[in-house]
Amino acid sequence: MVPEDRSGAATAAPLEVHGITVTYGEKPAVFSADMTVRAGELTAIVGPNGAGKSTLLKAVLGIVMPLAGQVQFFGLPLDKARDRIAYVPQRASVDWDFPTRVIDVVLMGMYRQLGLLGRVRQAHRDAALHCLTRVGMQDFAERQIGQLSGGQQQRVFLARALAQQADLYLLDEPFAGVDAATEKAIIGVLKELAEEGRTVVAVHHDLSTVPEYFDNVLLLATQVIAEGPVSTTFVPELLHKAYGGRLGAGQVIGALAETV
Amino acid sequence: MMGMEFVSLSLVPMLIGICVAIACALPGNFLILRGQALIGDAISHVVLPGIVVGFLVAGTVSSTVMMLGAAAAAVLSMVAIETIRRLGRIEAGAAMGVVFTTMFALGVLLLEQADTSGVHLDVEHALYGNLEGLIWLDAIGWDSLLDPVALAGLPAELPRMVLVLLVIVAFTVILWRPLAMMSFDEGHARTLGLRTTALSAALVILSAVAAVAAFDAVGSIIVIAMFICPPAAARLMTNRLGSQVLVSVVIAALTAVVGYVLAGYGPLWIGQTASVSAAGMIATVSGVALALAAIWGPHRRRVR
Repeated sequence: MVPEDRSGAATAAPLEVHGITVTYGEKPAVFSADMTVRAGELTAIVGPNGAGKSTLLKAVLGIVMPLAGQVQFFGLPLDKARDRIAYVPQRASVDWDFPTRVIDVVLMGMYRQLGLLGRVRQAHRDAALHCLTRVGMQDFAERQIGQLSGGQQQRVFLARALAQQADLYLLDEPFAGVDAATEKAIIGVLKELAEEGRTVVAVHHDLSTVPEYFDNVLLLATQVIAEGPVSTTFVPELLHKAYGGRLGAGQVIGALAETV
Repeated sequence: MMGMEFVSLSLVPMLIGICVAIACALPGNFLILRGQALIGDAISHVVLPGIVVGFLVAGTVSSTVMMLGAAAAAVLSMVAIETIRRLGRIEAGAAMGVVFTTMFALGVLLLEQADTSGVHLDVEHALYGNLEGLIWLDAIGWDSLLDPVALAGLPAELPRMVLVLLVIVAFTVILWRPLAMMSFDEGHARTLGLRTTALSAALVILSAVAAVAAFDAVGSIIVIAMFICPPAAARLMTNRLGSQVLVSVVIAALTAVVGYVLAGYGPLWIGQTASVSAAGMIATVSGVALALAAIWGPHRRRVR
């Protein structure tokens, strides 16, 4: 007999969110959001500034405490699924003058293997270097992190997430303020992950690249406006609804021109 | 050499000074990297009224009761900060500023009113302790270090401070990896299952334990200085967390020794007759060390 939860976990969505609500003070930042992420695909979370995109990610991961709502990863609660999840925070959320080297940051992604006092062995170092190679940063392993450009910082964060060998990657604005070469390198890695059957969710702000980069989109403006494949969800009516009057017609048409 | 005089008069204060300096500098490394450098300052202000009330309740200078009083004062101040922040709808920093200064002022008032004439507990003592007073009367030379009878007469502050230091060293070594990860990127550390709320609370509580244990012997001046100066100086000397912490320990120990010697003999060298407060001098030397690191340290500039 196959245990029920096991068969359920095999088919369960990588991430399923029900009615999540987060407030800062009295105003809700995210209100009753539902989300079902499809396995092996890339999903963008899109919406105007202050729409609660980053907050939604943080609430899902337990970094901020939601007021209400349920979250399941692969059919399991967060604590049982941590080995399968990797989070890439916003680059600007940490102090890059922290006294550490690039390789040490990547090794932090292996904490769940290393544990409290486990020795860092050559195999760990090789794995970390391999992750740096995937993002094109292999020559920077011994660098002090303060010496990196913004794009290089973002790649190091992605390498740390790769070191976690996760099945679901949650990224907060991975393309914010990076150079064109980095953007290309990052989307290349994310598409590789999806080809390997892994799942990617990214908070994204550049509407013009949504159709090119992503399979699905979640439109968020405190509440979820729409969720689904880019072809049916990333359409003018819904975008206008998400952005209110803040989006010029030109922007929408520009973004949609890429879809065709 | 001047064995007997040194062992009975200077050895114990120096060792206590070194233990205090290292016990404060170790958590100080993580506090400054987390942008919480002033927590050490805050703790030593907040706990004063608690220590005085502890003394009034116990009637003697009992470290256990004073420690409990200090803990109660710390909890009370946290509740007060949270209440002010919510009722006044102001940011946490402003609420802290109000609470810390008020608590310290309350401590000073309590001290003045309390009858502490029989013991070493007054405003001066609260600021710079009584390091020079911790002499080892039973010592007759280096041999006394192996003599159980003489060792029994050691000032109680020394074993207490050594114990606190050992606990802090163990905490830092065992939880090194989570401390480093939490200090660099708390959000990410949390997604890996690290209990960062508990860990940062433990860091603050251990800092408070160091501060309160040190308080009786050396006063709050050294505590405030040691939480910040050695780690900050060390940060300017190196770009690796491991070496930063080691360098901070060396700087802390050196400033304790140099400060103690300068306080005792420095004034004589320049023709004065009396010595100055060892605690004050140690804190000053640590500030000078930081200034030197800020001028000549190899990693004092941002790279970009």
